[in-house]
Amino acid sequence: MDSMADTVSRSIRPERPVSSGRNGEHAFTPMIFLIALWLCLVIAVGVLLTLIVTIVVQGADRLDGRLLTEYPASSPDRAGARPAILGSAWVIGATAALSVPLGVAAALHLEEFANKGNRLNRFVELNVQNLAAVPSIVYGLLALAFLSLLGVQNKNIVIGGALALSLLILPVIIIATREALRSVPMEIRQGSLALGASAWQTVWHNTLPAAVPGIATGAILGLSRALGEAAPLLLLGALVFVSFDPNGLLSGFTTMPIQIFNWTGRPQLEFRELAAAASVLLVVLLLLMNTLAIFIRNRYQKRW
Amino acid sequence: MTMLASRSGPAISPGRSATSHFVGRPRHGETAIKLVLRLAAALTVVTTAGILLALAIPSIAFFAEIPLTEFLAGTRWAPRFADASFGVIPLLTATAWTTGIALLIAVPLGLGAAVLLSEYVRPRVRKLLKPLLEVLAGVPTVVYGFFALQFVQATVLREWLQLDTAAFSVLAAGLVMGVMIVPTVASIAEDAMSAVPQALRQGSAALGANRMQTSVRVVFPAALSGIVAAIVLGISRAVGETMIVAIAAGSQARIVTGALEQGQTMTGFIANAALGDSRVGSLEYDTLFAVGLLLFLITLLINFISIRFVRRFREAY
Repeated sequence: MDSMADTVSRSIRPERPVSSGRNGEHAFTPMIFLIALWLCLVIAVGVLLTLIVTIVVQGADRLDGRLLTEYPASSPDRAGARPAILGSAWVIGATAALSVPLGVAAALHLEEFANKGNRLNRFVELNVQNLAAVPSIVYGLLALAFLSLLGVQNKNIVIGGALALSLLILPVIIIATREALRSVPMEIRQGSLALGASAWQTVWHNTLPAAVPGIATGAILGLSRALGEAAPLLLLGALVFVSFDPNGLLSGFTTMPIQIFNWTGRPQLEFRELAAAASVLLVVLLLLMNTLAIFIRNRYQKRW
Repeated sequence: MTMLASRSGPAISPGRSATSHFVGRPRHGETAIKLVLRLAAALTVVTTAGILLALAIPSIAFFAEIPLTEFLAGTRWAPRFADASFGVIPLLTATAWTTGIALLIAVPLGLGAAVLLSEYVRPRVRKLLKPLLEVLAGVPTVVYGFFALQFVQATVLREWLQLDTAAFSVLAAGLVMGVMIVPTVASIAEDAMSAVPQALRQGSAALGANRMQTSVRVVFPAALSGIVAAIVLGISRAVGETMIVAIAAGSQARIVTGALEQGQTMTGFIANAALGDSRVGSLEYDTLFAVGLLLFLITLLINFISIRFVRRFREAY
């Protein structure tokens, strides 16, 4: 290869040590390779931008107050997503209340208290990894079976949906919290212990506060996944005509993604516009949540 | 319990928990807190056991009526017809098509983006581009489904390319699913490549390799285990993805022989059947769980293969 002949050593700049510039870097094949790499990124991001443009263009006509204030209706121009928005708020609120404390507690046990050589604890770790890869719809089946076992007749209740979504995002929160705890240096703990603090005082006053940005990022990412998730809720029968505001944990509900799914399946063009408008709302909300999560991670995470 | 036995001893040593257990005055409050934390961790095991039981019990009832061989080898899936038959092959072919198409998109695009981010762009550009990918990964799947049906299938495939396809196709669902998986694959593969020590790249450059040669022949093989893990996670997401296929792939369960046909995947069937009202304990209800069990076992198998592969080919530096 011609690049081999051109082996001229050059001082390697620390910020880009791999670029050696003269090793046939600008020959034909490497240039094609680089262009192909850029194309990969451009295509992926381009399709996603197309998606956003598509839903904005299709839904522009219906992005108005009616979407927020009206109830679903058989005639598209009177229909809105009010119960779905409130339902999403209820379900995500309940999911957050269930999953964040449980996930952080489990991670604290695994990272701070459990003996890591113990076989049982290694099994728990492997199990968390596996749970993270279980398809979301299986969690719907789990919640369905659990509620059936309890003898619940109407399974489309807020707490049922929150249960399915909590179990779904629990591994995400556990994994993120463990990583955040692991990045807190051992010296912080040792300093606290040396001053006479007990194990739990050390965790509560030192380790956990230092890990809060990482935990917040993981929790927001997990909750944003739950907010966009529809499959497990379908199994609980959340695809129903809800014409009232959900008002409690045992209330019937539908959520934004389910409402979008419902409108997407209708034959009338106007309902598809509604689906697009509701999609814009949901996507904007989720992108804001993800941006916030990544901002917190990049801004507040300490490098020790 | 062995855990209690190991509580004394040096505070911090490898393999031991991060926060030590000093033996001092008994603190009952702390013991209670630790118990609560342990129970929270145990809940994850309970969840797995719950999934297994929830899937297994109705499945046993299902297989008491439908022989396992008919389920796995049967080529006709019609659980709601008068002459019902329960051959799962049609669902499997649809899942294979959508997953295969998704991988054809996600693997090259994801790995290409990962090589670019890890080996080519300046750290400042990477700091901008990677979060962009991660933020875009937050688009919900139901919106991807809407996009697959309304734009990819209706506009691109039918209007622009004039392809001979009906309202739904596994191609549209698979293509969009592929794009959905790109950020996942790219992010994990990029992590793996970034973890390759700089000395390897410097050595390669010192031997006269350019960045393409270094990327392809040095960094890529060194990060192989992480790259495979990224691809496998992509596969398991594609197999388990529900909303895109439920919206855009169609709901006719038949053996899929071409990308332009419609088909019902395993997840598509579960989502669709859930829309109907099936009584607890009926055969229809049990069918949901039998298909769910098969889906769960397939993703579990994929996951285990990935864990073994990663252990076997991991290069430790």
